[in-house]
Amino acid sequence: MLKLTATVLALLVDGISYGMILFLMSVGLTITLGVMRIANLAHCGFAMVGGYIGYALATQAGLGLGLSLPLAAAATMLLGLALERTLFRWVYAVSELKQILMTIGLAFVMIASVNALFGSNMNTVPVPALLAGTLTLGFLSLSTYRFFIVLVSTAIAVCLWLVLEHTDYGARLRAAVDNPRMARCIGIDVPRLFAGTFALGCGLAAVAGVLGSQFLPLEPWYALEYLVPVLLVVAVGGLGSMKGSFYAALLLGVIDTFGRYYIPAAGAFVIYLVVLAALLWRPQGVFARA
Amino acid sequence: MPDQAARSAVRDAFARHRLSWLDALPWLAAALVYVLLPHYLALATQVMIMIAFALALDLALGYGGIATLGHAAFFGIGAYAAGLYALKISGEPISGLLVAAVAAGLAGIASGALILRTRGLTLVTLTLAIATMLHEFANSWKSLTGGADGLYGFRIAPVLGRFPFDLFGRTGFLYAAAVLACLFFLSKALVNSPFGLTMRGIRDNPVRMRMLGVPVKRRLITLYAISAAVAGIAGGLSAQVTKLVGLDSLAFSLSGNVLVMLILGGTGSLYGAFLGATAFVVLSDRAAAVSPFHWLFALGILLILAVRYAPQGLAGLLADAARGLMKRMRRA
Repeated sequence: MLKLTATVLALLVDGISYGMILFLMSVGLTITLGVMRIANLAHCGFAMVGGYIGYALATQAGLGLGLSLPLAAAATMLLGLALERTLFRWVYAVSELKQILMTIGLAFVMIASVNALFGSNMNTVPVPALLAGTLTLGFLSLSTYRFFIVLVSTAIAVCLWLVLEHTDYGARLRAAVDNPRMARCIGIDVPRLFAGTFALGCGLAAVAGVLGSQFLPLEPWYALEYLVPVLLVVAVGGLGSMKGSFYAALLLGVIDTFGRYYIPAAGAFVIYLVVLAALLWRPQGVFARA
Repeated sequence: MPDQAARSAVRDAFARHRLSWLDALPWLAAALVYVLLPHYLALATQVMIMIAFALALDLALGYGGIATLGHAAFFGIGAYAAGLYALKISGEPISGLLVAAVAAGLAGIASGALILRTRGLTLVTLTLAIATMLHEFANSWKSLTGGADGLYGFRIAPVLGRFPFDLFGRTGFLYAAAVLACLFFLSKALVNSPFGLTMRGIRDNPVRMRMLGVPVKRRLITLYAISAAVAGIAGGLSAQVTKLVGLDSLAFSLSGNVLVMLILGGTGSLYGAFLGATAFVVLSDRAAAVSPFHWLFALGILLILAVRYAPQGLAGLLADAARGLMKRMRRA
């Protein structure tokens, strides 16, 4: 019984940490989809680019995680801002398919560039010694690093929630999500708001890329490899809903981890069955407002 | 005056889809390749298989407005069905293609009935989820599909009992060309039929079509199933010609590539499939021989620029160029 509890708890921490990484990756995507109506298939590319910047800073410049993580996020935000001002501006008014084409192209460029710079090996951002071992609490032994991910990403999620619910910026953004035209009419500079939010989403994806590299290792195809689970999270959570993405990411992370552990034969597609059922039940997203 | 404008618009809409001298071009090109470039028959066969696949996607996307990132599901089902049929039942190729078409078409009906009530991004995500699930499924059911090794070791009997598949790919080439020609003229007839017109109406304004009394969802499922069956035939063709079915026939990259081919070529005209697939397969074959990642980089840049500067695809560019030329000739 004790052993079962320990296994379940360890799986839960694994699942939650995976889910939190998915959540950080999906925040930017759910906003671009819900607010700017852009199907951005290059979004995971930003996570990959951020992850590689973090990797380069940690291994080649010898910085610790504490410095390389915020630096990687900031650099990716700048990149996102620059691309939003140029490439993404081109596709705001065109059909969904054109957006898919353009952003797939962008993802290809990212994949090829990363391969040219870092080669096609799998890389992980090194973990500081402080976080490397396992945490033993009585009969429980949990990976310290997984625990750290849960802590950091929970802190980020709380900050996001505070900003969204209790600041002027958050109120403007919520207004723009609900009704962009009306928001513009009452004097909110919606394009600028979008640009800032897009950059923020890229930064969060970069954080996910750096932190998650221990179990989602960095390699050139990363940009397309993890696109599928992130898209699933966004669709289940409901487009434009950060709260929805949060619940959906946690749920999918936990279900996927348990599925792979308890039904290894069918493990990989348990998650797709769940998503399929969820979306057929509520096509607008399970956690979307009715 | 507006009445006349409307009439000429309707005439244009039909004229664009009638048979013309343009429809002879691909087969002329195929004949030239057969005579002049005998060393490239394998590549040319690959091109025709992808044209057939892009044609299938054009039916769903260009005529029905069904956005999908998972069409490889049907290509793969067709490929595995044809491969298993050859392995377990008979090596006769034409019945093998029929089996592939039926298997993929049934899968199209089943998944279409489930997902076609949604639109936009949810639909894209659902098609993606279904294709990824099938990919995982084929990967884990090793006893049936061979898993990551794929299906191989099956023999294909001579076409019509007379033309055995040869080492140089001549029979394969002609067989693929004949199948593609059948698919193209059937698709042409389909999009020009009242059903095809209804589908274009649904693509442009589903609400209005429903108000006119059209059973929108049933029509969409029918179109999706037809498109799936054509994709299945393309997959079956690929299995029979290469005598190998791998997991990549169900992969996301194939769904993405075929979408890129079609949009690059131009949607909703059937010709876009020819232009896009030919350009894409030939270029990627040449470039991948040099360096796959450089090719990926160039392709990415090309896609970004294409969206900006050629929104109607290659077919649109060519049509614009032809129109400009005509105007200049008329003026001269």
